[in-house]
Amino acid sequence: MKMYRIYTALVPAVAFAAVSIFTLAGAAATMEIRKVVSDKGIVAWFVPDKSVPMLAMSFAFRNAGSATDPDGKEGLAEMTSSLLDEGAGELESQNFQRALEDIAAQMSFGAGRDTFTGRLRTLTAKRGKAFDLLRLALNAPRFDDQPVQRIRLQILASLRRSIENPRRISGQLWSKKIFPGHPYSKLSSGSEKTVNTLTVSDIRTFVRDRFTRDRLIVGVVGDITEQELKTRLDAVFGDLPVTGPKFEIPEVKAAGSGKTLIVRKQIPQSVVILGHGGIKRDDPDWYKALLVTRVFGGGGLSSRLYEEIREKRGLAYSVYAYLSPMQHSGIVAGGVATQNARAAESISVIRAEWKKLAEEGITAKELATAKTYLNGSFPLRLGSSRGIAGMLVGIQIADLGMNYIEKRPSLINSITLAEANRVARRLFRADDLTVIVVGDPKGMEEKP
Amino acid sequence: MQISLRSVFAAVMAIVAGSVIFAATASAAVFSPKTFTLDNGLQVVVIENRRAPIVMQMLWYRVGAADEEPGESGLAHFLEHLLFKGTKTVKPGEFSRTISRIGGRDNAFTSHDFTAYFQRVAAHELETIMRLEADRMQNVVLSDAVVLPERGVVLEERRSRTDNSPAAQLREQVRRALYLNHPYGRPVIGWMSEIKKLTTENALAFYRKHYAPNNAMLIIAGDVTVDQVRALAQKYYGPIPRVAVPKRVRPKEPPHRAARRVVLKNNRVNLPSWSRTYLAPSYTTGGKSGKSVAYPLEVLAQVLGGGSTSRLYRKLVVERGVASNAGAWYSGDGLDYGEFGLYASPKAGGDIEALEKAVLEELDAALKEGFRTADIDRAKRLISAEAIYARDGLRAGPNAIGQAFTQGQTIADVEEWPERISAVTAQQVMAAAKSTIKVESSVTSILLPEAAK
Repeated sequence: MKMYRIYTALVPAVAFAAVSIFTLAGAAATMEIRKVVSDKGIVAWFVPDKSVPMLAMSFAFRNAGSATDPDGKEGLAEMTSSLLDEGAGELESQNFQRALEDIAAQMSFGAGRDTFTGRLRTLTAKRGKAFDLLRLALNAPRFDDQPVQRIRLQILASLRRSIENPRRISGQLWSKKIFPGHPYSKLSSGSEKTVNTLTVSDIRTFVRDRFTRDRLIVGVVGDITEQELKTRLDAVFGDLPVTGPKFEIPEVKAAGSGKTLIVRKQIPQSVVILGHGGIKRDDPDWYKALLVTRVFGGGGLSSRLYEEIREKRGLAYSVYAYLSPMQHSGIVAGGVATQNARAAESISVIRAEWKKLAEEGITAKELATAKTYLNGSFPLRLGSSRGIAGMLVGIQIADLGMNYIEKRPSLINSITLAEANRVARRLFRADDLTVIVVGDPKGMEEKP
Repeated sequence: MQISLRSVFAAVMAIVAGSVIFAATASAAVFSPKTFTLDNGLQVVVIENRRAPIVMQMLWYRVGAADEEPGESGLAHFLEHLLFKGTKTVKPGEFSRTISRIGGRDNAFTSHDFTAYFQRVAAHELETIMRLEADRMQNVVLSDAVVLPERGVVLEERRSRTDNSPAAQLREQVRRALYLNHPYGRPVIGWMSEIKKLTTENALAFYRKHYAPNNAMLIIAGDVTVDQVRALAQKYYGPIPRVAVPKRVRPKEPPHRAARRVVLKNNRVNLPSWSRTYLAPSYTTGGKSGKSVAYPLEVLAQVLGGGSTSRLYRKLVVERGVASNAGAWYSGDGLDYGEFGLYASPKAGGDIEALEKAVLEELDAALKEGFRTADIDRAKRLISAEAIYARDGLRAGPNAIGQAFTQGQTIADVEEWPERISAVTAQQVMAAAKSTIKVESSVTSILLPEAAK
């Protein structure tokens, strides 16, 4: 069982975000990636590791996320992800959960916009049983009425609970405005109405059509031999259908509208999202955009936005900007949360910085720092088996190649200031910003 | 997507994650740390892990919100923010800019019992972060020009965390109601009116009083050797003089004689929720080392309400269908007290009174009937397995050992933790339940929509 949580529509799937951050550091990380192909043709990228007596597996089905939910059936992918460990094979819900707990294995599933993902973590000594439970979950899920109804009620309760959550309100409206009419505008958790219409037959169809071998990506890290891994891969994934119907998700350019929308709520702090179309992961300008966005509002405790909004003016605790690449689109977005009286000021500071970035670009020093950051932060991701397994999946989804880790530094280091600033001009368009404010911002009017 | 926030409240996190956080700690030789102490009293712990060329530094101070004077709530946390504002030789913001330039991550967090700072960098940058962290143990320079904007940042942090959320407002009121006398009742971030009055002078006085090598533990984990750490620790932390640090003597709780009930109604609440928190012993106060009632309480929380096979979830959610979710948790890390909690959410449209009645019926039944040995054993296995998973990654070891240090436990307690959990008996679990689950030492909290009766 997965305790049901609401994800705001705008947060990018972690797997993708993660890929954009890895890169090899000054300290050359040595990691041997092997490509394992099972007898039935299941491919997994594998990093052997005996340092801890455990195994971590990460996998994803592409073209199987919430964007593929049929119209009127929004929430299907997420509901399915909550039900796969609620009984399979001969094991009813409670017995399946007990079987997992008996061996302390951890199994979880998730639905992003584009992909459906799963993770398994097990003690090496218990791997046989753990893989078998995963096999059952993927190949013979029960979807008994009782757990289906129970999970449905949890989702409905969760939807009800989050109605007034400002971040959720802003995230949903954002998706609707930036991707009007496109599958990416769908509510990934669905609505009370659609969740009530989801049937066991819908869920079975979802699994049958989307858990197919041609969609599958696998990453494994830990204490297991290559030969045994092949056998396990065949057992878990080998009997899934070879292929299934393809769900057409059209390419879409995020709508840059220049609109400001205010959702009035009597809360002390305004929550703001703003942004417009960005670029996709396979765009030749990707690394330039990544460097520029890092300088502008990237993670950590230093960026232009952090400096202007937080350090100089004390306007907010959190302020950020990021790239969100999707399979069929891309956005560049930012956000801030600030007291109502100063929301207008915060937005105008961010807007001015957005404009300045496009017009003046970044400096040579900023570029150099961003490069060392992107390079240096890579090995930090290699600290845990789960982190590595997730990375192996991310690299495959984005089709970056097995030598990605080696070639990444040169992709970053070769970027010139002129190239970075050309992309800053291309990417950051202050006039296109869609701004969404949830709260009671003073002195601000809608600009619909 | 929030990228990196300077302050995570470990206290809040511990409650959210319940038993799991402390569970993420040990087994006989879980982390196998090596330790030594510098002449100035700084304890140093090294956890070698050569898996990736990464190193993590954590510096834990034995000072937190419960060490503040009345009227200055939020000061420990505010000071944590101000430690990024420069020293005699490092300009404001330069600390984090340096970490960022070398591709590292840095942050800090504050709870009632501790303040901790950490960085994670490539292994060859260890000296850089040790130099910077040692520098700000003694050399912080503050002026209104940097302090006042940062106070605005903390006010926004409070609005984000607490004031914008009815559920968070209620949690704050529960804490205040649970502790009749002990400073655990105050919010770590501070009350709005008191944060607004904190000054540069307050912060500097607090800093001089509590930040000292003999009041801290330095933990280095990752691709390092003890010799390497010893040399760098001597070089950078060694010259810092001892300071006479006040003893941590906090007001104790008087006997709890009356059950308390707090109700928050708000028009932004759409789904009611119910919870009850009992004052409980912690690992440190629950009995002699190794015999603390905290171990059985940890098992109790798991078997009573730690997931979907637990007693409360099974009865209330699966069998009776009166709740959409239900469970129990234990937070035993505190230096002075722990907390044991129950929670439940109704189905959409469900009645909160009927829910409360059902939870209490099931609690009574569980305490009367006791638990099956198989369920207790499964709970213990689950908790103990966390000790193995905890070794996968750099964070769990420093977290467990740092919390132990600042909250009255030892490294041995961390290392022996899984064995002590394994040794817990069904009788001990029942005895712990009976001595802790007493309504007169509890706060029942109810979150309701405005329109509800």
